Amino acid sequence: MTGPANDPTLPMGADLDLGADRGATATLTTGSALDLTSGPPRTVEDPLAGRRPVRLIGGPPPGAATLTARRACAWFGDNLVLENVDLAMPAAEVTALIGPSGCGKSTFLRLLNRMHELVPGAALAGQVLLDGQDIYRAGIRAQEVRLRIGMVFQKPNPFPAMSIRDNVLAGLKLARIKCSNRNELVEQSLIRAGLWREVRDRLGDAGGALSGGQQQRLCIARALAVQPNVLLMDEPCSALDPTSTRRIEDTVAELRQHLTVVIVTHNMQQAQRVSDHCAFFLATEGQPGRIVEHDTTETIFSRPKDERTLAYVEGRFG
Amino acid sequence: MATTPSRIEPQPATATATTAGVTSGHVEVAVARTPTSPRPLRRRSEFDPVDYATMVGCAISALALGWVVFTHLTEGIGWFGFVVVVYLCFLGLFGLVTADRLGRLVATDRLATVAITSGAILLAAPLLWLVGYVVLKGLPNVTGHFFTEDQGGITPGMPATRGGGSHAIMGSLEQVTLALVISLPLALTTAVFLNETRSRLRRPVRIFVDAMSGLPSIVAGLFIFAVLILPNAQKSEVFGNNGLMASLALSVIMLPTITRTVEVVLRLVPDGLREASLALGASRARTVWSVVLPTARNGISTAVVLGIARAVGETAPLLFTSVGASLYNSNPFSGSQESLPIFVYRNIRQPLATQIDRGFTGAFVLMLIVLTLFAITRLIGGQRRTQRTARPRLVTPQEDLEP
Amino acid sequence: MMERDGRAYIRTTTPRIVEDQPTTTDRIFGFFTTAAGLTVLVLLALVGLFLLLRSRDAFDVAGWSFFKRVEWRTDIDPPEIGVLGLLVGTIEVAIIAVLIAIPLGVCAALFITDYASARWRGVLTGLVDLLAAIPSLLYGIWGWLLLSEQLAPLSKFLGRHLRWFTFFGTNDDPQFIQSMFIAGVVVSLMVLPIIASVTREVFAQTPPGEKEAALALGGTRWGMVKMVVLPYGRAGIVGGSMLGLGRALGETIAVSLLLPQLPMLTTHVLETGGATIAGFIALRAGADEFTTSGLMAAGLVLFALTLATNMVASMIVARSRSGLGVEAV
Repeated sequence: MTGPANDPTLPMGADLDLGADRGATATLTTGSALDLTSGPPRTVEDPLAGRRPVRLIGGPPPGAATLTARRACAWFGDNLVLENVDLAMPAAEVTALIGPSGCGKSTFLRLLNRMHELVPGAALAGQVLLDGQDIYRAGIRAQEVRLRIGMVFQKPNPFPAMSIRDNVLAGLKLARIKCSNRNELVEQSLIRAGLWREVRDRLGDAGGALSGGQQQRLCIARALAVQPNVLLMDEPCSALDPTSTRRIEDTVAELRQHLTVVIVTHNMQQAQRVSDHCAFFLATEGQPGRIVEHDTTETIFSRPKDERTLAYVEGRFG
Repeated sequence: MATTPSRIEPQPATATATTAGVTSGHVEVAVARTPTSPRPLRRRSEFDPVDYATMVGCAISALALGWVVFTHLTEGIGWFGFVVVVYLCFLGLFGLVTADRLGRLVATDRLATVAITSGAILLAAPLLWLVGYVVLKGLPNVTGHFFTEDQGGITPGMPATRGGGSHAIMGSLEQVTLALVISLPLALTTAVFLNETRSRLRRPVRIFVDAMSGLPSIVAGLFIFAVLILPNAQKSEVFGNNGLMASLALSVIMLPTITRTVEVVLRLVPDGLREASLALGASRARTVWSVVLPTARNGISTAVVLGIARAVGETAPLLFTSVGASLYNSNPFSGSQESLPIFVYRNIRQPLATQIDRGFTGAFVLMLIVLTLFAITRLIGGQRRTQRTARPRLVTPQEDLEP
Repeated sequence: MMERDGRAYIRTTTPRIVEDQPTTTDRIFGFFTTAAGLTVLVLLALVGLFLLLRSRDAFDVAGWSFFKRVEWRTDIDPPEIGVLGLLVGTIEVAIIAVLIAIPLGVCAALFITDYASARWRGVLTGLVDLLAAIPSLLYGIWGWLLLSEQLAPLSKFLGRHLRWFTFFGTNDDPQFIQSMFIAGVVVSLMVLPIIASVTREVFAQTPPGEKEAALALGGTRWGMVKMVVLPYGRAGIVGGSMLGLGRALGETIAVSLLLPQLPMLTTHVLETGGATIAGFIALRAGADEFTTSGLMAAGLVLFALTLATNMVASMIVARSRSGLGVEAV
């Protein structure tokens, strides 16, 4: 039985196949100052330096990918909540989506991995291009898209009855991806998420028994295990204490070398700390959400072009 | 295709031109929206036309396979067995074909969807079959005077159109009403006890209410027989085989059902209302009486109607208590009393065709009553349903109040 | 005053428990509600007690062999009655019913919670509720007069070709009409709504965050159901099935029509024959005093059995992860 569906080297069918490994060559800078103030994003040591990545059979081709939204619109029923969002999220960089509550940032994020269509009555328009290919094109399954564009949610949601190890491997089990060395994959994912040292002795414990920050890191490890090209994070630290927030920001800073990160955040300092690019969303009364301005983080926070952006980053509203 | 949203409002003008690309430094440009905005895309079904064609093909193949096996290779299995076997073959074939086409992962998912959807919808089949059967056999013999005459003077050989079931209907009416009068206050108070008090006895009481709801209806009849009728039948008519005894047995059955449904309803009343009432200085009893119960009015009505629907169809408890009669007896306190289920049960087991037809007329009327009561609960419940908010969420929790 | 390290300290803040004094209205309220709650306990105890009392005559004659004997014969002297045949029949019919109803019920519940659009959800919920509302008498009539004949050829086929399976075995020249298998099929339709309701409520409480996580990881809908919904609802499925079992054990009128109510000890469910306790009692209403006493004894056995089943089921559902928010039919 041959055919695109059965050829392990073309996991998605010919449509989304993008050829060889695009692994970005990472330039590592050593020594990271614990700088909590604003400034250019830290570069962090790669904790997995020198280790060979685990190969997944039947999974997506690894490496960071560019994500581009073109004239994206979103409806809930007849209610237009996002209008004409054009945004490029470059590969191997962190893009932050900032803006006050309720202006459609999370909805936009869900457009990027086709979770928006799960809501009954939801509709959308426009295109979302993953390395140039529209993920909404007919014939491409949402499930395939989600393997390549992973997501971490605001409220940590590990599978509480499953062990930590099974949690990390859950993505592989769901998508029937085979792997050459499971234990190594679990370890690498947990190291990347910054959780390994705390749970290395108790991988068999239930996932629900961890603290909030640990659970969120477990969710990150779980998302990383399927080796996605893009990781979407919907306010991942908003429910966590400062220490856990700090750890996760370190993780994000390190992750950018391996994949693209798009992070929604309410916390402007966090946006400054971790992101390379920023997009400022705004929805005025009775209007759908739109992007007001997007640029490099430094520009947005020091010399924004729009006065509303300036007002927001100065804390005058939101 | 969904309609194009038609908002054309001018937007505030901001300065500067835009660059052509979408790379960096992009600022929102003021344009009045043109009617050529992109059309919204609604969620497509996962199943494309090829899938549907596959399903049709597999169905045909399964039919052919079944036909060959059961006509030429073995003897017949009866149409019911045939349908079951063909259905299973269809599922198997569909799974295999889709696995070949799209891979095991997607095939399992598609197969699960087809199996679950068809399995659920097929539940309508026995229901329709049953209702259709009763209507078909009962309706032709139901006449207007079914509701006005009793079985006085009717011999078994007379056709089913003679005589009527008015005594049965009257008996059912009285017995169910009496049962309701006895059990409803008790059930309401128990539900209030379970939900509105903080007593430590709540847990055991709840367990026992649950246990009691599984009480076989025949045991309820036996119980009343043993406690009230056996020792006292000689002494007084009130304790003989009559409608009152039947009502007592019915109330034993209705009690746990109504209790649990009302308890669920009470639990759904938001705590904020109770807190507001207590904050105004009302006692707990007052809160329950004036705030909680009125809010739960719809749900309680639903519970009551459901309890009635259940009681109207119960036959077993009547066998030991009211026993049945052929003449009109409107006094539930003395003398055996007919009710619809007993009327049907007795007649349907007789050998004569006319008797059986008579039973079916009663069955038809019984079914009509139950269906009407059910429709009433949907109406009452429906009023409450439309008050739910329409906020879209990934999963809409099932706040269904009906059991 | 406290002493510590040689110095005296005065504890200035002592926690006090404040309890409100109940008013007279509240006291009366408490009294009546507690009384109502206790009524249920009292009723259940009374049922057990009186059944026991009235069955004394039968036990005097039959003794412990009541539980070991299969036949029920009141025509000889001394009469020999036994509940074993009835018990076995009751359990066999109930198990057949539950085995058929569990997959269908879970299917319906899954469809309602995870596969249906809003419109179909309402339709199917109504369908399940309607199945529950139809009286057992009508099921019995339909099953006995119509369905039996339609199912008999299937029984015959199974008996002929699958007789290596103990339960499908038959004697020579078997009849297939009033069999425990057909009774089980009809009872399954009555049990189905209970299982569907309980499992539906449990499935509906699956945390949406976990479902989202499974989908976001690239799972298909079935993958999500298998990984999140079914494990979460496991206790609900078990509890619901046991509640259904309890109902099937107590089913009376339908089986009184569908079975010949001749007690026997057999695994040949496809063949005519068998009796259940409830159906047996129903057919012998109005018998003489001794028989009635025996019926009381049988009823006591059934009462104990259903009580135990339902209580265990209740506890399983309540203890599960979905907790105490679940109610059954």
